[in-house]
Amino acid sequence: MAFIDYYKVLEIDKSATEADIKKAYRKLARKYHPDLNPNDKEAERKFKELNEANEVLSNSENRKKYDQYGEHWEHGEEYEKAKQQQQYQSSGGQQGGFGGFSGGGDYSDFFESMFGGAGQRGSRRTAAFKGQDYNAELHLDLKDVYTTHKRTLTINGKNIRLTIPAGVENGQVIKISEQGAEGANGGPKGDLYLTFNIENHTNFKLDKHNLYTTVDLDLYTALLGGEITANTFDGKVKLTVKPGTQNGAKVKLKGKGFPVYKKDGEFGDLFISYQIILPTNLTEKEKELFTELAKLRTYENR
Amino acid sequence: MKTDNLILLKTVSSHYQLELSFFTHLHDLGLIEIEIMEQSPYIHENQMHNLERMIRIHHELEVNPEGIDVVFNLLQKIEHLQKDLISTQNRLRLYEN
Repeated sequence: MAFIDYYKVLEIDKSATEADIKKAYRKLARKYHPDLNPNDKEAERKFKELNEANEVLSNSENRKKYDQYGEHWEHGEEYEKAKQQQQYQSSGGQQGGFGGFSGGGDYSDFFESMFGGAGQRGSRRTAAFKGQDYNAELHLDLKDVYTTHKRTLTINGKNIRLTIPAGVENGQVIKISEQGAEGANGGPKGDLYLTFNIENHTNFKLDKHNLYTTVDLDLYTALLGGEITANTFDGKVKLTVKPGTQNGAKVKLKGKGFPVYKKDGEFGDLFISYQIILPTNLTEKEKELFTELAKLRTYENR
Repeated sequence: MKTDNLILLKTVSSHYQLELSFFTHLHDLGLIEIEIMEQSPYIHENQMHNLERMIRIHHELEVNPEGIDVVFNLLQKIEHLQKDLISTQNRLRLYEN
């Protein structure tokens, strides 16, 4: 259990007055308050630390104990036991922290060991507040989000059955109501914010709802035209290649792209770029024929 | 008159120990919408999430309604910028792969 220097947390020195503590706390709370720093875990951690420091230092009884035993909290426990025999009661009455947001009980081991958790803290606002919102990340493959499907997630030891809508985007955040922390003083539960982290291991590139891919085309089909079979995201399609197709030429397959989020039956387009592959290791006969072909082409109509 | 999904503002006010004027001030700034039914002000439950954020900012950071308006506008800007950033990063992946 690491010692926490609450003076350092509040960026004040040991001689700080009650007013200094309040001022320092307000200033830092405004900087790190979770409502002003959504999805910022570091700010949330810092804010909890600030609350804890304020709980201790703004209460004269707690501050005295912390100053006396803080760095040697093991002896503080002995002190606590002795005090319990004398039916120690916290004086309370000091200004409480921002328990409404954290939902209470979210204190460091160090704090719990010294001050026994929530039971002996000063009086606090009694208004009910919604519980803290949780943030979680879900890693999926692009193929997974091509279709709407159900999935069971375990978040904070709780199983949640979710429907993942097709077409959800990388980085998109969805809110799942009342799957966060318990509320304070009878308030409703917080919400769960789920961020999707979608990795693409396919040969398709995705931009919004459109897919892009490259298909190899042999020289003869490019020159003379013909039919080829190309892969789309959900199967194969037959394509007619026009005679004289150039390298890099693009075709658009309407509605063969990615599903549009929460728009059933709506899809983006698939753009296929042709990459013409020239024959290699030509035989003598082939070289002869290509030379002949080359001669047929004058400089002007090349 | 139907008051499904509507919460009497008086109930919200006593629950959070705040004066009714605080809510009308938020309404005047366009931060919440208040509906009047049978001469009583109500708030729709779908506004409660944002309203609770406003109350926390007010209670815990001592920010007045004008300050809350500024904070919410800036948070909205941040949210848009974050969405733009994600979209730009996704597009950038097209060229990096």
